[in-house]
Amino acid sequence: MNPFATVTELADGIRAGQFSSVELTRYYLERIERLDARFNSFITVTAERALAQAAAADARYRAGTSTPLTGVPIAHKDIFCTNGVRTSCGSKMLDNFIAPYDATAVARLDAAGIVTLGKTNMDEFAMGSSCETSFYGPVRNPWDPARVPGGSSGGSAAALAAGLTPAATGTDTGGSIRQPAAFSGICGLKPTYGSVSRYGMVAFASSLDQGGPMARSVADIALLLDAMAGFDAKDSTSAINGHDGKAAAATAARPKPMKIGLPTEYLAMLTDPAFARVFDEARRVLESLGHTLVEVSLPHTAAAVPTYYVIASAEASTNLSRYDGVRYGHRCEAPVDLTDLYERSRSEGFGREVKRRILTGTYALSVGYFDAYYLKAQRVRRLIRDDFVAAFGSVDALLAPTAPGVAFPIGQISDPVEMYQQDVFTVPASLAGVPALALPCGFHEGLPVGTQLIGPHLSESQLLALGADYQRATDWHRRTPPRVE
Amino acid sequence: MTIHERDIDKLCVLARLALDEGERKHAHDDLTRIIHMIDSLASVATESVEPLAHPLDATQRMRADEVTERVERDAFQRIAPSVRDGLYLVPRVVE
Amino acid sequence: MKWESVIGLEIHVQLATRSKIFSGASTVFGAPPNTQACGIDIALPGTLPVLNEAAVRMAVTFGVAIGASISPRCVFDRKNYFYPDLPKGYQISQFDRPIVGAGRVELRLDDGSIRTIRITRAHLEEDAGKSLHEDFAGMTGIDLNRAGMPLLEIVSEPDLRNAKDAAAYFRQMHTLVRYLRICDGNLNEGSMRCDANVSVRPAGTTDLGERTEIKNLNSFRFLERAIDHEIARQIDVIESGGRVHRETRLYDPDRDETRIMRSKELSDDYRYFPEPDLLPVVVDEAFIAKVRGSLPELPQQKRSRYVSELGLSDYDASWLTDDPTVARFFEAVLAECGEAKLAANWVMGDWSAALNRRELPPDASAVTAAQPLRGRSPNRCSNRCGTRPIRSATSTR
Repeated sequence: MNPFATVTELADGIRAGQFSSVELTRYYLERIERLDARFNSFITVTAERALAQAAAADARYRAGTSTPLTGVPIAHKDIFCTNGVRTSCGSKMLDNFIAPYDATAVARLDAAGIVTLGKTNMDEFAMGSSCETSFYGPVRNPWDPARVPGGSSGGSAAALAAGLTPAATGTDTGGSIRQPAAFSGICGLKPTYGSVSRYGMVAFASSLDQGGPMARSVADIALLLDAMAGFDAKDSTSAINGHDGKAAAATAARPKPMKIGLPTEYLAMLTDPAFARVFDEARRVLESLGHTLVEVSLPHTAAAVPTYYVIASAEASTNLSRYDGVRYGHRCEAPVDLTDLYERSRSEGFGREVKRRILTGTYALSVGYFDAYYLKAQRVRRLIRDDFVAAFGSVDALLAPTAPGVAFPIGQISDPVEMYQQDVFTVPASLAGVPALALPCGFHEGLPVGTQLIGPHLSESQLLALGADYQRATDWHRRTPPRVE
Repeated sequence: MTIHERDIDKLCVLARLALDEGERKHAHDDLTRIIHMIDSLASVATESVEPLAHPLDATQRMRADEVTERVERDAFQRIAPSVRDGLYLVPRVVE
Repeated sequence: MKWESVIGLEIHVQLATRSKIFSGASTVFGAPPNTQACGIDIALPGTLPVLNEAAVRMAVTFGVAIGASISPRCVFDRKNYFYPDLPKGYQISQFDRPIVGAGRVELRLDDGSIRTIRITRAHLEEDAGKSLHEDFAGMTGIDLNRAGMPLLEIVSEPDLRNAKDAAAYFRQMHTLVRYLRICDGNLNEGSMRCDANVSVRPAGTTDLGERTEIKNLNSFRFLERAIDHEIARQIDVIESGGRVHRETRLYDPDRDETRIMRSKELSDDYRYFPEPDLLPVVVDEAFIAKVRGSLPELPQQKRSRYVSELGLSDYDASWLTDDPTVARFFEAVLAECGEAKLAANWVMGDWSAALNRRELPPDASAVTAAQPLRGRSPNRCSNRCGTRPIRSATSTR
């Protein structure tokens, strides 16, 4: 068996009788057991449950009721509630939290017959760009274990890169699917805001969070998206007429020639010429496929990072108020009074980055600062969103870098503001709520580079068709890390 | 805007966090840098620009007034730190 | 020195919906602890609020009934503070864009005069759970059944001038919400609670004195006593050379005094901001028109009609319309015997006495009350009425 096979290839294999889902699941469970100590990409492995699901999947094939995802293993970022299974969000605060229900996105994938291998490691409460803030220790990039895989969905990215799972879920608030996808040489999609239900996805920043698929190919991303996305009555921010469910069909065909924009302000931030050359190559490939590349302007790009940090911290600071040691989660020993219960439970349960963001958010919402920070940021956010809408008036999609560089060494960045600059190419699409796809486009100094394709609201099918087009002409997504068997 | 260490203390009270001396200093340093970064927003022109509530400008859907949840109290309270007679226990609160 | 008191009331009305405002858990009173607190109500990680249409409809019903402006686009906000009965660590409420705007209520006083009380606004919010302080050595027990119940908070301008009028206003609102079927008005079960903002000033002046807030008053009598006590206390403080401080106080009915509420000493910055898990609520003209079209006859309209069309006295009309259940019953009796004065006398006399003897509330089956009277009273009306089952007016749902 090939651990780096795509979801499509594996589903075909099961259907053709080459192997059963149980055999396939055992194969991945054994790899995790043998190899994951090097990468620390899993927090919880659900072996028994996975094998039971695999057996049920095999039965569906025999009964003829399978879907294109039936029997295929997946790993869920540990931010998605999974019924009866620990859901830790990479935090000591929820280390003892056994979720009593399934997230909608998880339930939808389960209904398609997918097999859950386990829960992947992540930056604590999704706050981070490197997977260094997890209570369970840092995740290591399979391309170079001394380096970060990116964050916050670094566990899912590393597991995919190391061939420990063929599919994974992640969440993206300011780049947390796309940046780790780029650092780890795999594909990841942040869908349009509102297209994947947030019910059961532990909240970080409510108006920005989106769950999405991560996989080895754009065709796989499309299959997973079709199963995950859709209106959910339990999520008030869920789009009623959202994703059309036809991404898989769209990626099978060649798209019509598209006009693709290159944001001037993003290009200006590519200061390393060797790194910039990798993107030039991606642009050349798209041109050779018949698409037209033009420069466009997104004038408010420079304001995106501060805008994002104000809004995300403000929303996070209150989303995390429920962690108080009363109904679930970590509780301090022998609290003497209520204040002690709250202060000690929260201070013991949260790590440093989470506390930093809570304090920043509390500050931004304080009496006297609300107008200058939160309200101001929401106004700038409208301008950033409108920049994208204007750009899409003349182009069908945008091509952009995903991260300002390649995966950096673990421990290298300790200044929070320097870490926040990792998100410079990803936060604008998050603020605008538009869909953005990260896919491998080359290497720089031996490490993966990912490029981003960004589309108008609810254009996933078209966007993924373009990505699949690119992947039929390149093989970056088929590369595997050296020294991982 | 400058932030002082006593501001950190006030924020900690609001957020129910208790930091030790070293953490307090770090938090002050960190927040000073972060606030300096977010202060750059002041230079963006936003006269007559409405704050954005939702990226797709959607409005709230309403659900029918029906009882749809059957509460499994035991399942929820199995994971609770301190429960007695179906109640969540906290240190005595004096009104 | 002659003093004048200035009072404003904030009335919390628990709306009579079947399910909670942001979750589908049941709202029935008296269930065992935490058996009506679903995942959303206990703020499990990952849970999200969804808005109950009936709560919005009931809020609009109230707004239309008091002639208030209805916001075409209102917003929910998070009010942030920590307390064990508030699972999310914030309450979903409405801060500066409430669903109902300014309106007015014509308050009928005992002496027959009318005083206009301006309503500043009314907004929707969720209720918190309950804390039980007894029986748990050193610990407090939290029941979240009430967490997430829909509340309509009705805020009045400080237009009331004495405790008696304040109680009359609370009573009149109690009658109104029951007529509108948006609240069952059961004070014992906490269906309506009131906070009173009280201040004093030298008679004839216009500046407002410092005010105190008395919280959680749930009876007309306690409201009146608490306010009277607080007015006396404030005057005492000022006349002894002191100053009234802005405080939150609780009324202790056993001691007949108000004292400072401990937990409110640390004044919180609530950090209000728009609730990102909910979207702006649009209430269009069609919705408002539908609500207006379904409004029942309001108490003041009914009272006027009893006087002008049925020829009843002001006193009788007031008595009969104070409780919508009684009014419905009276109208049923009237339909049977066709004589207004007779029906009124019987309802206000024998029937009322029978209920009192059995300690039954008016909405207990009226048939039970009517039957024992059959044949006993020579009164023509009861003979006629008692022989046929009369539909009782029951719940407001």
